[in-house]
Amino acid sequence: MRGRTAHGPALFVAAVLVLFAGARASAQALPGQTLAFDRGKGNCLTCHDIKGGDSPGNLGPPLADMKARFPDRKELRGIVFDETRRNPQTVMPPFGRNLILTDGEIEAIVDFLYTR
Amino acid sequence: MRISRAIASVVVTIMIAALVAGARPAAAADTIDPDADFKAFRDYYTERFPNVPLNDFVNGPYSMDAELRKQWEAIDDFPPYDFAIDRGKQMFATPFKNGKTYGDCFPDKGTGIRQNYPYFDDKSGEVITLELALNRCREANGEEPYSYVKDEMASLTAYMAFTSRGKPFDIKIPNDPRALAAYQKGEEYFYARRGQLNFSCASCHVQNPGNHIRTEVLAPALGIVAAMPIYRSEWSGMGTMSRRLVTCNSQVRGVPLKPQDELYRDVEYYLSYMSNGLPISGPGTRP
Repeated sequence: MRGRTAHGPALFVAAVLVLFAGARASAQALPGQTLAFDRGKGNCLTCHDIKGGDSPGNLGPPLADMKARFPDRKELRGIVFDETRRNPQTVMPPFGRNLILTDGEIEAIVDFLYTR
Repeated sequence: MRISRAIASVVVTIMIAALVAGARPAAAADTIDPDADFKAFRDYYTERFPNVPLNDFVNGPYSMDAELRKQWEAIDDFPPYDFAIDRGKQMFATPFKNGKTYGDCFPDKGTGIRQNYPYFDDKSGEVITLELALNRCREANGEEPYSYVKDEMASLTAYMAFTSRGKPFDIKIPNDPRALAAYQKGEEYFYARRGQLNFSCASCHVQNPGNHIRTEVLAPALGIVAAMPIYRSEWSGMGTMSRRLVTCNSQVRGVPLKPQDELYRDVEYYLSYMSNGLPISGPGTRP
């Protein structure tokens, strides 16, 4: 009886961890452009014009010449993670801090942004 | 001074912040001053959009975007809210089971009074919106309340807005600490960020009116309540002020309050007071 009560939750937790790991791995495998344009993920086009995307909004600046504008990758990653740290008045969602995107997803989006 | 703090916290333009901060003495920082807030709020929009006539702000995104306005004027020959006005009119003319009517619950039989809502009720100590008053009227007459977000409620408020078109908002905040507290709570809710996306109401409607979210043009908060209820293409139907607040909260991935929650009523009180003097334009259409 003790064994059942001890193992049941443990197995459940293990199963959940495996599921999560799977979901994270497959999300990381997606190309950054898909993540950036996905309305449930980066949804960058809602506010930014990005070459290759349709119907962009204009709450934020167009995302172009990214290599020249952000030679420091850490800075660009930090903006996606939580731009309110730099600019408390920004309306940009804190994608990393609020767990909208995983660290891996942010890296993939940053990779994609450097192609623009 | 409170509004200057609230606006300054969301407005990027240093000039505006300086102007608002300079308008009143810093000593007033802890007092609730709706009149000063009203002036700062209105000045912010009229200075940011000097070419938009004051009364045109009630037309929301159409006041901000010429192309969108053309499309609106084209469909407004056969407005999609017409059926709601007709239905509301019919409901007003149909007695309850006890023989009374909606008109018996309101001043002037409910005609041409939209601009006076919400008001602060000094007996119950709470803000009474038009939607709440309509359901209380039903319940007082032995009828079941309606859903606050659409259908019958939108028809009733559409008719009441229609009979009030052009009448300027006339919202009063009595010198009663409870009324001032309700106003203040509404203001704070309006400027507080929430949801996974970390947006306040003001993020869109104060910081970004006229800007585009995808293809959608954001409406200014000044006058935003005047067009309610609205037919929204996105909803394929009519929606009330309650519906608008609930969907805004959901869109920023926040947890919406219940329709007509006290806080939502306070927000409507705050926003309606900020629109004092602007004409009722409802029912409206929005993309």
